[in-house]
Amino acid sequence: MDGIMSQTTQAKATTGVSWMSRLKTWEAFLLLITAVVFVLNTQASPYFLDPWNLSDATFNFTEKAVVALPLALLIICREIDLSVASIIALCSVVMGLLAQAGFSIPVLVLGSLIAGTFCGLLNGVLVTRFDIPSIVVTIGTMSLFRGITYIILGDTALKNYPSGFEYFGQGYVYWVFSFEFVSFLVLAAVFYFLLHRTNFGRRTYAIGNNPTAAFYSGINVARHRLILFCLVGLFCGLASVMLTSRLGSTRPTIALGWELSIITMVVLGGVNILGGSGTISGVVIAVFLMGLVTFGLGLLNVPGIVMSIIIGLMLIAVIAMPILLRRFKQRRG
Amino acid sequence: MSARLRVGVTDMTNLLKNRETQLAAVILLMLVLIGFVNPDFIAPSNLLSVYTESSILIILALAQMLVVLTRCIDLSVAANVALTGMVVAMINSQYPDLALPAVIAAGILLGTLLGMINGLMVWKLGIPAIVVTLGTMSIYRGVVFLISNGEWVNAHEMSSSFINMPRTEIFGVQGFAIISVLIIAAVYIFTEKRPLGREMYAAGNSPTAAFYTGIDVGRTQFWAFTISGMLSGLCGYLWISRYAVAYVDVALGFELQVVAACVIGGVSIMGGIGTVLGCVLGALFLGVINNALPVIGISPFWQMAISGSVIVIAVIANSRAERKVGRIILRKATLARG
Repeated sequence: MDGIMSQTTQAKATTGVSWMSRLKTWEAFLLLITAVVFVLNTQASPYFLDPWNLSDATFNFTEKAVVALPLALLIICREIDLSVASIIALCSVVMGLLAQAGFSIPVLVLGSLIAGTFCGLLNGVLVTRFDIPSIVVTIGTMSLFRGITYIILGDTALKNYPSGFEYFGQGYVYWVFSFEFVSFLVLAAVFYFLLHRTNFGRRTYAIGNNPTAAFYSGINVARHRLILFCLVGLFCGLASVMLTSRLGSTRPTIALGWELSIITMVVLGGVNILGGSGTISGVVIAVFLMGLVTFGLGLLNVPGIVMSIIIGLMLIAVIAMPILLRRFKQRRG
Repeated sequence: MSARLRVGVTDMTNLLKNRETQLAAVILLMLVLIGFVNPDFIAPSNLLSVYTESSILIILALAQMLVVLTRCIDLSVAANVALTGMVVAMINSQYPDLALPAVIAAGILLGTLLGMINGLMVWKLGIPAIVVTLGTMSIYRGVVFLISNGEWVNAHEMSSSFINMPRTEIFGVQGFAIISVLIIAAVYIFTEKRPLGREMYAAGNSPTAAFYTGIDVGRTQFWAFTISGMLSGLCGYLWISRYAVAYVDVALGFELQVVAACVIGGVSIMGGIGTVLGCVLGALFLGVINNALPVIGISPFWQMAISGSVIVIAVIANSRAERKVGRIILRKATLARG
């Protein structure tokens, strides 16, 4: 019976029509919700449509979104990284220490990127060399990385960042378009190209759909996963540069709990948590949707912890909805 | 004679290779080393209090084990503890005259309900457990804020019986420890003797095989979540009475300690493997570290990094032990439905 089911899905994949249309409806659906939230927001506050306000709204999600892009690839590849927020914190500490030692801005940025990649490499090596499920590895490294920031910082904070460093998190490229936001758009385009237009992207899907088949068709599955873990680490380093620059200080609790919202963005974007499917455009729309929802709730003075209820509900609802719809269709058909 | 001797030798090597024996040896070694630095730490009375301090972790680790056995994970336990804890604390402060058993029962009932919500979504909707419980983790935590308005329930607002019941000593052993021993016994009997307990091993070991033996894997997972919720509800009360204060961030991040205890105790995150003894030892391992750090003069800021590295080391050790079984985590067993 398994065979029959997978055959039908294969048939769908080869005809391409229903598969593509399903993805399109998912993204269209997301876009529709985003539009509704947008309109609701304009009703909620007359100040919402101000370009500067909208620009401000982007700050609370771009750093997370930067990590969501590579994480989408990793999840498509059937792995997960729960340590992303801790990597961001550790990179921030690295930058803080480098800044304290008087290094220049390029060294700080490079230090963060290297530290992030190294953390990703550690995750990747543990997962691929020892064949351990990534969820356990990254639960472990999540407390390991965060724990190191606590050991280094204790209850103190690092804040002697050189002047000019604030550009990454607070600067504007042109008019209301911040450095963070423009970087995100550029990176989204890069990842779109990487996932949907290159062999690397095809391999990611192939491994996510069936790692064994991918292995036998000559894909170096372990190396591919290792690269993706490093990529996630690298972008945590980048997100850390932006976040640290925006806040201007490093505390051990920096980015605490972000892994939840980053994973929610990815899953909300239609990436299957079990691997094998998902698109960058879906993730990008989901990023905007979550950004608008949190910003709108902020305008309504909803406290942060209540937003986490809504994000949790969104996460579950969005995954439950297609399952319920499919069941409903089956019952009718 | 020689045959019997040989059997004895294999028994011995098996015992040495045994995960629980190794872990127990590591814990003993740790205690000896700590004893060199601070002899008071290994005094029997102090060891008892280390056990008492670890009671809540032990109970939650056992609950988590049942869920993990069925190839799921429950990340919402700590939020469940916070929510049920807040509810029992509020009930107690509003109605101080209400009998304590009724208050505790209310907490357990609520915890069970929260666990059932997780279980139903895993069973009936087929959503991966990690997604469900990541979601409910933040929902339950948020609800604590909603019902309490972010305010604290302090010790003076709680009745003395509410706070002191688990501290009552019987033969010098505190209620916390007694309750955890009872739970250990109950879970042991459940996993070893009860059909549902055996089904949890079967469901996690090979869901397809379990399905063909007539086990409803989803239903088994539902019950695992329900029991996990029930024990979390109990721990909600225990936690609040232990620290005599209820607030939104109670037990924040504790789910990681709980999962860590299981992993250290040899419970395979891929399901189907794990024993009550191993799980208890895993929790005690963390309990000893948590209690020993301040005693041997290491800053508590080290605690998180230490448990993180212990998890990583433990999973590497586990992966070697389980290498022969090639299974993949997170992939739901594709059951032949209809």
